[in-house]
Amino acid sequence: MKIISEIKRHNLLGRSGAAFPTALKWELVSKAKAKEKYIICNGSEGDPGAFKDGFILENYPQEVIAGIKIALEAIDNSSAYLYLRKDYYKKFDKKLIKGLDIKLFKKTGGYLAGEETSVCAAIEGERPEPRIKPPFPSESGLWGCPTLINNVETFYCVAKIAQGKYEKKRFYSISGAVKNQGVYELPLSWSIERILAETGNLPKGKFFLQAGGKALGEVLLPSELKRQVKGLGAIVVYDSKTDAMALLRKMVEFFLVANCDKCTPCREGIYRIGQMVKKGEIDKKALADIFFVLENTSFCALGSGSVLPLKSLINKLL
Amino acid sequence: MKITINKKKVTAAPEETILDVAKKEGIEIPALCFHSDLKIKASCRLCLVEIKGRPGLYTACSTKVEPGMEIVTESVKINKARRINLELIFAQHQEECNDCVMNFNCELLGLARKYKININRFDDRKKGLPVYEFGPSLIFDSSKCIDCGNCIDVCQQQGIGYLEKKEKGNLYRVVPAKNKECIYCGQCLVHCPAGAFEAVGEFEDIAKPLEDKNKVVVFQIAPSIRSSIGEEFGLPHGSVVTEKIVAGIKELGVDKVFDVCVGADITTIEESLELIERLESKKNLPMFTSCCPAWVRFIESYHPELVPNLTTVRSPQIILGGLIKTYWAQQEKIDPERITVVSIMPCVAKKYEITREELNINGLRPVDYVLTTRELAKLFKRKNIDLKNIKPQKIDNPLGLPTGAGVIYGASGGVMESALRTTYKKLTGKKLLKVEFKQIAERTKAAEVKIGNQLIKVATVSGIGNAKKILENNPYDYVEVMACPGGCIGGGGQPMLADEEIRKKRAASLFKIDSRKKIRFADENPIVKKLYQKFLKDKKIVHSICHTKFYEQN
Repeated sequence: MKIISEIKRHNLLGRSGAAFPTALKWELVSKAKAKEKYIICNGSEGDPGAFKDGFILENYPQEVIAGIKIALEAIDNSSAYLYLRKDYYKKFDKKLIKGLDIKLFKKTGGYLAGEETSVCAAIEGERPEPRIKPPFPSESGLWGCPTLINNVETFYCVAKIAQGKYEKKRFYSISGAVKNQGVYELPLSWSIERILAETGNLPKGKFFLQAGGKALGEVLLPSELKRQVKGLGAIVVYDSKTDAMALLRKMVEFFLVANCDKCTPCREGIYRIGQMVKKGEIDKKALADIFFVLENTSFCALGSGSVLPLKSLINKLL
Repeated sequence: MKITINKKKVTAAPEETILDVAKKEGIEIPALCFHSDLKIKASCRLCLVEIKGRPGLYTACSTKVEPGMEIVTESVKINKARRINLELIFAQHQEECNDCVMNFNCELLGLARKYKININRFDDRKKGLPVYEFGPSLIFDSSKCIDCGNCIDVCQQQGIGYLEKKEKGNLYRVVPAKNKECIYCGQCLVHCPAGAFEAVGEFEDIAKPLEDKNKVVVFQIAPSIRSSIGEEFGLPHGSVVTEKIVAGIKELGVDKVFDVCVGADITTIEESLELIERLESKKNLPMFTSCCPAWVRFIESYHPELVPNLTTVRSPQIILGGLIKTYWAQQEKIDPERITVVSIMPCVAKKYEITREELNINGLRPVDYVLTTRELAKLFKRKNIDLKNIKPQKIDNPLGLPTGAGVIYGASGGVMESALRTTYKKLTGKKLLKVEFKQIAERTKAAEVKIGNQLIKVATVSGIGNAKKILENNPYDYVEVMACPGGCIGGGGQPMLADEEIRKKRAASLFKIDSRKKIRFADENPIVKKLYQKFLKDKKIVHSICHTKFYEQN
């Protein structure tokens, strides 16, 4: 199929944070044999430091819908869902999908309800909890049918590719202790430092930042900014007055609220880390052990992903 | 396909998981939240394995085998991860090993020993969490819960959903639902790997029935326990130990031991008469069995409109208990008030059943105590009675000699089989050969039986979730329902954590007993015949001992 080979040629990676090759997903779902298939445009944007999906939905909704329409054409027997977090759902102009086989769905639950298998569970009316993979949604997703789930920005990129206007850019959400907070569409290849500099956001004094999302992003020091942003295109800048322990407490609190409590390491591990930061006494051996099981044995990427921000913050600033 | 597991080459089928294959090969992988009755959750994160060529650890319960896979089930990394996760699990679970349904046969404890973990590395997070009592049947101590979700899943599978997850202070907890009724089937209990559920009185009150020395104590044993209690003493699954149980009970100092199967023979006769009556009048069809108190409670709580469809016949333990305190008391010239009847049941709902006041006869309960299979085993162990090596003893007369029809009450389909035998004989004068049942849905079988000119449609089903499906589309005349999977052999009072394989062995043994019995028709039981001639002579007495009524509960 032409569009899929075009996506492949541009080496488009999913913009949800997981950076999965988009063409591969499309190929799997389009090749699957089924009487019903689903396409889900994921606009759940649960990371507290990301707001680029909201920005795209507000400024470029036609492109997003065009991207979904391309998927509807590329994948036989398919119908689509636009899965939006509550405020995006409210704002979305329903006229845009009039006459199209696209249903709007209001997100239920919190951060984890944006994980792809949780999205399927939520649409099916179940508790938005991650499901066992494999089977991956491309094989058995919504109601057990092959399902293509892509982020809002990914569909935007597909539309750009189809129009021949894709320029290898991504949307960066920049927030925190900066002058010009906002969303910027800039080249993928730029380093964090350059992004901050070009947007007038590079702080003059001491600072540190979190790149890749406020939830799962790594904490980086000014000397570490020659790299590109991984995960979500979100950069959160903290100034020198930031209390690292208080930030750690906030991070742990976020995971405590966001996780689903299904698997042992994430439910109990995060709870134990929470107890340690609450008391302000960190048992290094226990912490290392908990990080080990979180990283290696968590059910989903939330548990394993929680280690990077926590570990980098503790190691670099505490 | 060929795979290797711990360097051993083995053959596996495509749909199998790594855990399936390991089990077949006798390789132990700890898997707390896994139960073959339930959907795979992969939440305890103990069944970790490594796969050559793939980074990270995989859960054996949820990972399917692929050709050429090379699996390692023990390594430094695996053991480290298992150890830490076990310590985290123990950090939730408040231990109460001395008074636990697991009776030291506990996987959790076994793993703690095997992996040499410090079970108190972290303080008990759930200390002080509530203990819930579900009627006179079940206790849920939520401070022992390890959040595996087995109880929630099995309760869903039962179609009840009484147990649910609720968020409290950013953590989910298992709690009973406020707007629902528990039916007391006890499947949560026998599927909980942490011993967080127990029967009411288990094990604190088990010696109570033996304490009052002025009483004549009579034990009656349920059909299904004879093929299950042996497991508690290391005997192979399905071992039939009827006379060893009798010997054990006698050693406890009990005066008489009778067989609930004799009560079952009477239930069969009465139920058959009622079926014939309803088929003639075409009223209240289909007729549903009512010997399973959890099923009865389900109907009374969730489908009161179907109460008239339940047979009014009392369950076997209640009928035999009633006879012990009337007929047998008269024969032996004992004041019924001096008699304590103790039923040994595979069931926790039976603890509730005996509290139903409408069953009382002359102000006395037909049965005073119900002990589960597990509780009797515990009682034996406390008194150092080893069922494995005890010399068998014959059961007592006259209420100890059942037909094969009475024995099969303990397995799904048994009540139906017994009732059909007697009904067919009554209506045609001939013996029913074999009824061909067809599996029509999960744990659901149906058949059409030609009796004279009549064609009657019957079905047997176990599991309330499956029974609910039958209620939706019900063309039957007579339906047997048991709340537990496979019937009473899978009951909530049985030895812990049985799976389908074990339940099948328990059931097969009961049907084997039946096939070897000379008398296989309830109505041909000499004791029962005598009872009808000498005691159950008129409608009034039959009614007071053998029938009851049901009503909407709430």
